[in-house]
Amino acid sequence: MSSTFDTVANIIAETCDIPRDTITPDSHAIDDLGIDSLDFLDIAFAIDKAFGIKLPLEQWTQEVNDGKATTEQYFVLKNLCARIDELVAAKAA
Amino acid sequence: MRPEVFKMIDRVVAIDPSLQKIHCQGMVPEESSIFEGHFPGYPIMPGVLLIEAMAQTTGWLVLARNRFEKMPFLATVKEAKLRTFVLPGQNLDLYSEILHEGSGFVVAKTNATLEGKPICSAELTFRVLPWPEGKMKPVVMKVAEYVSFPLADFADA
Repeated sequence: MSSTFDTVANIIAETCDIPRDTITPDSHAIDDLGIDSLDFLDIAFAIDKAFGIKLPLEQWTQEVNDGKATTEQYFVLKNLCARIDELVAAKAA
Repeated sequence: MRPEVFKMIDRVVAIDPSLQKIHCQGMVPEESSIFEGHFPGYPIMPGVLLIEAMAQTTGWLVLARNRFEKMPFLATVKEAKLRTFVLPGQNLDLYSEILHEGSGFVVAKTNATLEGKPICSAELTFRVLPWPEGKMKPVVMKVAEYVSFPLADFADA
């Protein structure tokens, strides 16, 4: 998880020009870091490439819009990293 | 090409069977109202419309990939380079190649050439969204016929 977090935090810092030391596992990408949906496309592209996965953004957005999930479940970075680890593990299985 | 109404592509020349690449063509018209302002006495193709031509080229490729189920909308233009002037009467070859297809977005690198010489290039990101309600999809399908898009191969609708 820590290595996943470091990779994701570095991507966010570089993509959005956010100081790396302000990005923590408890940071909410939208509420705390102010990342908008357009910047998140760049982040998703970089994450997909770095981990060889496809973040299911459409599904997550739908779940949030339908009230079946909260943004915290997907966009607090420690939770995002846990999802990434799950996707990587599922791909390897 | 009718740039004054954003019809930037005359013909879809080829779509790679892997749906990774596309080749289109567009002939800059000898006369167009856009040249009244760009520029008076020295007509050249506006760079923003070259980017639009590359975006539309990529758009046809994305539509082929998703079989017209969703519509690509241009979201980001990166690394855009406009290398030389494009004049009325010149015939552009436009190419695009998918770099990545994510969930709800596509990233592509695209370029245009004139008689083999590079004219412009960019990396483009598109949001790929459900069709808006209304006439957009049928209009796009009509334009697909106009540009000789191989609808029989790629459209279910």
